[in-house]
Amino acid sequence: MAAMEKLMGWIDDRFPLTATYKAHLSEYYAPKNFNFWYFFGSLALLVLVLQIVTGIFLTMNYKPDSELAFASVEYIMRDVDWGWLIRYMHSTGASMFFVVVYLHMFRGLMYGSYRKPRELIWIFGVLIYLALMAEAFLGYLLPWGQMSFWGAQVIVNLFAAVPFIGDDLSIWIRGDYVISDATLNRFFAFHVIALPLVLLALVAVHLVALHEVGSNNPDGVEIKKNKDPKTGIPLDGIPFHPYYTVKDIVGVIVFLMVFSAIVFFGPEMGGYFLEANNFIPADPLKTPPHIAPLWYFTPFYAILRAVPPMFGSQFPGVVAMGLSIVLLFFLPWLDRGKVKSIRYRGPIYKAFLAAFIVSFVGLGYLGLLPSTPVATIFAQVFSVIYFLFFLLMPWYTSIDKTKPEPERVTG
Amino acid sequence: MSQDVEGQKVDAGKRKFLIAATSAFGGVAAAGVAVPLVMSMLPSARAKAAGAPVEVDISKVEPGMLLTAEWRGKPVWIVNRTPEMLALLGKHDDKLVDPKSEMPQQPDYCKNATRSIKPEYLVAVGICTHLGCSPTYRKDIGAADLGADWPGGFFCPCHGSRFDLAARVFKGVPAPTNLVIPPHQYVTDAKLLIGVDSPKDHSLQGS
Amino acid sequence: MKRLKKFLLLLAAVPVIAFASEAEVHLDKAPVNLSDQDSLQRGARMFINYCLNCHSAASMRYSRLQDIGLTEEQIKDNLLFTAEKPGELMKVGMTRADAKLWFGATPPDLSVIARSRGADWLYTYLRGFYRDPSRPTGWNNTVFDKVGMPHVMWSLQGEMQPVYKKDGEHEVVERLELVKPGSVTLAEYDAMVGDLVNYLVWMGEPGQVQRKQIGLIVLAFLAVFFVFAYYLKKEFWKDVH
Repeated sequence: MAAMEKLMGWIDDRFPLTATYKAHLSEYYAPKNFNFWYFFGSLALLVLVLQIVTGIFLTMNYKPDSELAFASVEYIMRDVDWGWLIRYMHSTGASMFFVVVYLHMFRGLMYGSYRKPRELIWIFGVLIYLALMAEAFLGYLLPWGQMSFWGAQVIVNLFAAVPFIGDDLSIWIRGDYVISDATLNRFFAFHVIALPLVLLALVAVHLVALHEVGSNNPDGVEIKKNKDPKTGIPLDGIPFHPYYTVKDIVGVIVFLMVFSAIVFFGPEMGGYFLEANNFIPADPLKTPPHIAPLWYFTPFYAILRAVPPMFGSQFPGVVAMGLSIVLLFFLPWLDRGKVKSIRYRGPIYKAFLAAFIVSFVGLGYLGLLPSTPVATIFAQVFSVIYFLFFLLMPWYTSIDKTKPEPERVTG
Repeated sequence: MSQDVEGQKVDAGKRKFLIAATSAFGGVAAAGVAVPLVMSMLPSARAKAAGAPVEVDISKVEPGMLLTAEWRGKPVWIVNRTPEMLALLGKHDDKLVDPKSEMPQQPDYCKNATRSIKPEYLVAVGICTHLGCSPTYRKDIGAADLGADWPGGFFCPCHGSRFDLAARVFKGVPAPTNLVIPPHQYVTDAKLLIGVDSPKDHSLQGS
Repeated sequence: MKRLKKFLLLLAAVPVIAFASEAEVHLDKAPVNLSDQDSLQRGARMFINYCLNCHSAASMRYSRLQDIGLTEEQIKDNLLFTAEKPGELMKVGMTRADAKLWFGATPPDLSVIARSRGADWLYTYLRGFYRDPSRPTGWNNTVFDKVGMPHVMWSLQGEMQPVYKKDGEHEVVERLELVKPGSVTLAEYDAMVGDLVNYLVWMGEPGQVQRKQIGLIVLAFLAVFFVFAYYLKKEFWKDVH
């Protein structure tokens, strides 16, 4: 033991190991009333690690070449020992990342985790979400199946809708006049190097900002307001380690059970995680009869389709889609409520949030379906609700009848 | 040992046990993820198929000739040694590093004077044991550039290592050991299978 | 809450409305059973005899047939039509250019065909060829209109002719009728196609049976892990009031 202490002393003189451990684990005081919704932050981190590790091993055998890419994926699935497991973990991980992140964001919405003093945590979080969408989009081209190809074709063509520079912009993105080998190669570079670095950096600042101000909780009251006068420790705070580490382990195991059930028993997840048409090699001359983006993009895709072309241009739809994400950044300033948590909000906010969630899920569902006149009307209604949730927020949060927040956290 | 935390007893033994058990399971889980990842770096089915045993027809290799086959991406020489060549083999043992083939550079059934199953056929991996170049076949006895006592053999152009016609290395050259004899067997007299060890019972062994 | 229910009701109505316009193609249920090795072996022989002449399965190695109970010797002696060694891939001699010339389209690689088309589609398709003199090959198909592929197994199934029924404006194929018997009965033919489709499903992912076995072990492990982790959490959280 003495030797161990000596070693730690030696390191601490040169690197703040013990100090870092204390600051972020054993003496990071988190509110004691975290509930189910608070598992998803650590789970997102777990999935990020899984994606990076499995991604590294996939890169060892994948060929970013339009002639070889499709076959190299099947090579991984069949010829590489355990390649199928690594590939399924990665493809399932991509979808599960969004499941976890959407639930994590919903938690933030419910409990007002984006509000002062956590605005920057929220903004970093939205940036992570954006980077994640880019990462997923780029990665989806790599298997070079029909859905990969035509999905990329449609999304890159959105940039062509930008007035004046659109055509040149989309050609520049592709490096060719159609999605081609050049596109595949550069998407590969961005997918395996550029965006993972951006993601890691953003996750780091997200966590640094969180540990600077401390975690919110389901009651939305600041635990730092009530400190033990002697020790200075928040009365409602408990050390992250061991209490939340042991709790998160339970969450991780439950998550891994769901994850493994999908990986081992239904990696295609009924066509939502791996689409049937993506088992056909990309064919630039033949569009599949129905193309839809992967499920995690469909809410925004539905917004895009809901906006009719104006002045002979798709651009308004593209703007609406972009705006639907950009609005998230302004959330901390749109919300004028006197309380943070949904527990103490009034009925108006609850109704708006419910309508928002239904619209978001509804849009996601509609984005999977082929476009029909009826579906378009639904999508338009849902899109309007989606935008009103944000645009009317300063008004309805300030007139809403809130309940008084408690002094200390409950339960 | 028990201690009081806010009036409640803490069962330290129970905690210790649960921490140990959970850590053990966590360790197994981590290993369970690591093993497939590590295994994925082993040769794939494609590499194994490419490295599968190679069948070579040796009926057309005339005396004195060398045939190069490819096995696991490496050149494998098959030399049909003439009686004169075989006669010279025993005459320069004092100049060799490992004349008796003591080092494990060949399967047991080739640990003999000719380093082969059949005396006339030498089967060897044509990769220099120094730094991996492929030596040149120089059968010309007493070749001008190799010296009057050159008994015929292999000369590595990279760093000048020399081997005799049993692929044994000469003293005073960079290569440390004899060339490798790969596992091989004769399916028929004319058919050589490289990559599979000869069965214990050498019914076809013509010695 | 009421508002939510209303929305949910509306949502539930969406698929009904959205799909009402799409024509339904009836697919027969394929008898897929990956634990039936005899069926898989028969299917493999069918595949190599009838499909592998024009279609490749370029991700599939002959040696992998060992997973369905064939020995390396059996593979070497009976099944290696397009390769010399069992380790080789199921490639095809025909070049892409020739294929395009002969069939108007390159016959697709069949390695993962069951994953893109689905077993039921394949089962219905392979039993859905009928005589159509208007087509260059003389054959058409109930689920793949104007198909480029001829009826390769016609000598087995025989010749089928369509029976039409009126569906509003259009004449549609109601069912097929045997007009010239083949070498086997229709029931036998269905069973043979069943074997073939079974094999195609297996070939789509040869490791899928093993994958599920490993999955059970992993889930069992996690279940036990959960018990310990749960009690560990409970034990520590006794401190928190």
